[in-house]
Amino acid sequence: MRNISINIENVTVAYHGKVALHSASIKLEEGVICGLVGMNGAGKSTLFKAIMGFVKPVRGNVSIQGLPIRQVQKRNLVAYVPQSEEVDWNFPVNVYDVVMMGRYGYMNLLRIPRSIDKNVVQESLERVGLWDMRFKQIGELSGGQKKRAFFARALAQQGTVLLLDEPFAGVDIKTEKLMIDMLMELRQAGYTILISTHDLASITTFCDQVVLINRTILAYGNTSEVFTEENLSRTFGGSVGDFSGAKTNSCHPH
Amino acid sequence: MDFIQWFIQGFIQGFIQWFVAPMQHEFMVKAILVSALVGLVCSALSCYMTLKGWALMGDAVSHAVLPGVVIAYVMNIPLAIGAFVFGVGSVIAIGFIKAKTRIKEDTVIGLVFTGFFALGLVLVSKIRSTIDLTHILFGNVLGISDSDIVQTIIISVITLVTLAILRKDLILFCFDSTHARSIGLNTTFLYYTLLSLLSLTAVAGLQTVGIILVVAMLVTPGATAYLLSDRFDHMTLIAMALGVFSSVMGTYISYHIDGSTGGCIVVLQTILFVLAMIFAPKHGIIAQSKNTEINY
Ligand SMILES: Nc1ncnc2c1ncn2[C@@H]1O[C@H](COP(=O)(O)OP(=O)(O)OP(=O)(O)O)[C@@H](O)[C@H]1O
Ligand SMILES: [Mg+2]
Repeated sequence: MRNISINIENVTVAYHGKVALHSASIKLEEGVICGLVGMNGAGKSTLFKAIMGFVKPVRGNVSIQGLPIRQVQKRNLVAYVPQSEEVDWNFPVNVYDVVMMGRYGYMNLLRIPRSIDKNVVQESLERVGLWDMRFKQIGELSGGQKKRAFFARALAQQGTVLLLDEPFAGVDIKTEKLMIDMLMELRQAGYTILISTHDLASITTFCDQVVLINRTILAYGNTSEVFTEENLSRTFGGSVGDFSGAKTNSCHPH
Repeated sequence: MDFIQWFIQGFIQGFIQWFVAPMQHEFMVKAILVSALVGLVCSALSCYMTLKGWALMGDAVSHAVLPGVVIAYVMNIPLAIGAFVFGVGSVIAIGFIKAKTRIKEDTVIGLVFTGFFALGLVLVSKIRSTIDLTHILFGNVLGISDSDIVQTIIISVITLVTLAILRKDLILFCFDSTHARSIGLNTTFLYYTLLSLLSLTAVAGLQTVGIILVVAMLVTPGATAYLLSDRFDHMTLIAMALGVFSSVMGTYISYHIDGSTGGCIVVLQTILFVLAMIFAPKHGIIAQSKNTEINY
């Protein structure tokens, strides 16, 4: 059995006393892509924030590779791309500067880029196809290009745990395919990836596991076993059709 | 020919007179140097203030330092220390009230800084004989004391060194504090660092332009530079050049017209801002209207 990479134990999160996520427990092994699926307001982003320590759980505990999250962050082990970037789009930084911010954790106090940082930034920008736009001010990118820029920054961080909150929202179909291919390459390199998405059709093409969530974890495990029509209708409170890829494992009542 | 020569000579002489003659007075030499330094430091910080959207916060902190200044004066300790305590204290008070009540932030800021400022006014009026309120409110760089100069230099060095070291981290904090946290930076530390620098420079600015106008020093050069550049480093350099230029020229002008120094400096800064607003190559009004014409 492979090492546990992300360990979420009994995490309960409340906003102003209202529980948004109840007693969530998930263990993800290294080298796994796990899809996070649930309807709007189900608590997907909340789970990401709880993992990153941005909301303080009422109860429960999160560790990554056995370390508490602050340690994980300081050691550049994790990269997080939020659902929507709460940044000032008119800020005087260009695309290259933004991706370089992913490398700060590796630099000295003055954050002077070394040649390895420049190489990694170039490579990340090339992978998302934004190298030619590197000198554009960040706000001059289109919505999908912005998403790609922040994905590139996460790549530049080279943390082996990737937390992606709806990275495909607003991204064109070609780019989505490209990003999925990249994620599969990263899995090959031993990355652990937790990714939330509303694109149910693509889940079976690249997720090894899925977590179904609606204010608590409804089901989680291997995609072929968990991603069934029945489970999905439980998750979304009504039938959403069969996205399981009609594999043998989906449970049809006879 | 003779006329042109005469004219040029006269012009050069007048020019030299204008700039050199005031330097015969020691107080003017001091005033020019202190203004230049304060202009430099405030405008360096102003880039962070404009980008973080802290103009109101700057106004609040600069007003809230008044009781601190008075108390420090009475206790005979450096004014900067008293100002610093009250500047940071006001921000903590703002944060506390915002967290504990349902009142919106701008209301809380308005409420706290006027409260502190009023307290300062009461304190000043009780000890009027020893402290000159107009100097604190409107600055008095032409009559600046040596101990105030030393204090300004110390504040400037602290601020410039801190900004030089933490520049990249502070930029990241202003741009994307979520990312700053997620790569393990201590954003609380960065927040309070920026606030402390704000309190310190408010004291430095207080010497030259006074409490009322110090927020202009902490906002206008950054805002002007923001219209002129899309790169943070360029923006900082432009802001510092503008800050030093308007401080020095403003001090000269105030000498020649015998008017308020703080007023002259800030009017000059505002004129530069208006020029940038109209003529800036990319973000100016003219350039913007041209853009829409060819945008097909
Ligand atoms: N900052 C907040 N303050 C108060 N309530 C919040 C906050 N953030 C989220 N919530 C609530 O917590 C619940 C879960 O929100 P969350 O953002 O995690 O949903 P989500 O699954 O990411 O939804 P979506 O698919 O729309 O992104 C929602 O009911 C939401 O109203
Ligand atoms: Mg969400």
